[in-house]
Amino acid sequence: MPNMRPDKNPMPEQDPNVRNKNFEEVALGYTEEMALDEAERCLNCKNHPCVDGCPVNVHIPNFIAKIVNKDFEGAYEEITLTNSLPAVCGRVCPQENQCESKCVRGIKGEPVGIGRLERFSADWHEAHHGDAKIEPVKSNGHKVAVVGGGPAGLTAAGDLVNKGYDVTVFESLHKIGGVLVYGIPQFRLPKEIVQTEVDKLAAKGVHFVTDAIVGKAITIEELMDEEGFEAVFVGTGAGLPMFMDIPGESLVGVVSANEYLTRINLMKAYRDDYDTPIARPKHVVIVGAGNVAMDSSRCAKRMGADVKLVYRRSEKEVPARAEEFEHAKAEGIDFHFLTNPVEILGDENGNVCGIKCIKMELGEPDASGRRRPVPIEGSEFVIDCDYVIMSLGTKVNTLIRDTTSNITPTKKGGIDVDENGMTSHPGIFAGGDAVTGAATVIKAMGAGKVAAAGMDAYIQGK
Amino acid sequence: MKRFEIIKKRQLNDTINWYTIYAPLIAKHAKPGQFIILRVDEHGERIPLTMAGHDEKEGTIDIIVQTVGRTTMLLEQLQVGDCLADVVGPLGQPSKMDGLKRVCIVGGGVGNALAYPLAIGMHQHGIHVTMICGFKTKDIVILEDEFRAGVDEVYMVTDDGTYGEKGFTTDKLKQLLDDGNKYDEIVAVGPAVMMKFVCGIAGDYGIPSVASLATYMVDGTGMCGGCRCIVDGESKFVCVDGPDFDGSKIDWDLLIKRGKTFAEEEGEDRQHVCKLIGGVRQNA
Repeated sequence: MPNMRPDKNPMPEQDPNVRNKNFEEVALGYTEEMALDEAERCLNCKNHPCVDGCPVNVHIPNFIAKIVNKDFEGAYEEITLTNSLPAVCGRVCPQENQCESKCVRGIKGEPVGIGRLERFSADWHEAHHGDAKIEPVKSNGHKVAVVGGGPAGLTAAGDLVNKGYDVTVFESLHKIGGVLVYGIPQFRLPKEIVQTEVDKLAAKGVHFVTDAIVGKAITIEELMDEEGFEAVFVGTGAGLPMFMDIPGESLVGVVSANEYLTRINLMKAYRDDYDTPIARPKHVVIVGAGNVAMDSSRCAKRMGADVKLVYRRSEKEVPARAEEFEHAKAEGIDFHFLTNPVEILGDENGNVCGIKCIKMELGEPDASGRRRPVPIEGSEFVIDCDYVIMSLGTKVNTLIRDTTSNITPTKKGGIDVDENGMTSHPGIFAGGDAVTGAATVIKAMGAGKVAAAGMDAYIQGK
Repeated sequence: MKRFEIIKKRQLNDTINWYTIYAPLIAKHAKPGQFIILRVDEHGERIPLTMAGHDEKEGTIDIIVQTVGRTTMLLEQLQVGDCLADVVGPLGQPSKMDGLKRVCIVGGGVGNALAYPLAIGMHQHGIHVTMICGFKTKDIVILEDEFRAGVDEVYMVTDDGTYGEKGFTTDKLKQLLDDGNKYDEIVAVGPAVMMKFVCGIAGDYGIPSVASLATYMVDGTGMCGGCRCIVDGESKFVCVDGPDFDGSKIDWDLLIKRGKTFAEEEGEDRQHVCKLIGGVRQNA
């Protein structure tokens, strides 16, 4: 008999007032007892709508059934049939909009904690079989390249190496992982987990080349024409930060969330044993309310600042994953909704000393279906602060398009691809944020899978 | 040869060294005016440096580095045969040379090192190059022989008059212009304040100017936005749109203020590294 309790097993966490002063992981993971209890909440329903809600179609009821039978390694194996990064996805996927949003148990209560169970399976495997030797995959003699070592690229590389391809991943930064290492903070996704996944791919035979900016140090066409790569996957993400175009944005102390997070996460500015310079402001204002804004605000809090977050829409429209929003609130981030900056104020030395905002109200729905925020005339006020982090989203870098022939862009400036992930340039595939603009880790992984299958078909069909 | 190995190291003066580094991918595509970002070791920061030259055949690039802060102090400890943790590039847009016949390049301090590949490149491109090399004092004069061998005219000036002519680069530039010398373009490479005044003079004489900007940056590919500056009223990224910009259109005062972003931390770092024994950290 399934466990009919209506609510999820809560996730054990560090106390909010302890964790907001350290960079250790916030969520501690289910114990075996909790995992068993939660797994028994799954009805194993025939239609398994959850599977359709997952961009990589993890066999969700199957892996949960294995947990119920205490076959934890079997559960991990079931997940990895379609998802190469379960320890990552279990931590960062917005499950409430994906698998868990479709769960039947969610109709009269909370859905099954699918993400938490996924994480449990991955962590259990790592703890008990993490040192299992991985044999290199036998080569099929075909060379393929992956540009960008983020979630899309790692997924494509994993699927391709499993099919026998000789895969080389080119990464512009000095660490592999893309947004998983430069964007998402340690307390949400420990970097050791990302490194473990990268090491596994390397053990299978994937070559990693860091510090290599494709489009600058070498072009895609050189990779194909001179280096013998038969197909190339472009998973370069959406890396260019957006600013608001308001007065004062060039003052010292106004940074993009990308810069702030990269210094802290990739460059480990929070640790004394790294040289990375970072400002130590006392009063920080974050602009925006997406996942990146939550990450920035929680990092700033941990760096010792008093943190306010301003968002032009209301609490209901917050785009961040529910868990990140809840965590940020619990950690003492001070939210100001329906508030939009109009100017950043500076002192005589050009340093930020405040941010002038205007109150907003919600009007008619806009193109996104959300009610459009409208400024309330005469409601301007100033928040004193010495640092502003702009977290307004990102755009696609055009470097690959600019340096590769015959790549058709999308209307939004991404790279256009067909249903197999191939661009208008035969043999060049693309996926993830580089195609769609900023989205999620799991959607990028889904696109990496599609493209890997497309590349296989393309090469085998030649 | 190993990845990012130091092949040659030559001391130019007490604080400036010339390094030749094995980086064949970068060497293959590098052009004058472009830069690299390096990290000395695993715990180091990423710093941008304009390339002083490259050799595609040997697979090497050159950088000339003044020891000013923590990272450059750590770099100075490295010797031939040692490897840098990371070198990425070539970054930024190459300097524009087409259509130019006569150019005056004004270098200030270590900026002369950054101007060197451009001066040589322009000369080899058939452009008549006048070089004004400015330094604070005689002890830090660098590359005079190289400039004399590589360009058409060289003027050495020092602030205190201990070498060459006494005065600022701007004085010399004005004098040359007042003497009736004509240039299609004036290029400024050096401290922001000097570049501001050089570009100002160019404007006074109705000559187009180009400044090669050096700002702080993290990734060098447009991702962090830390290097942004205002040119012609628009926000530009030095890493992808630059580093060369129209000197008459740069918001210099803002640029100079932004240049002080990490001034406090840099001061502390200098003290800290001085106390390091044996140079580069062993924990990397």
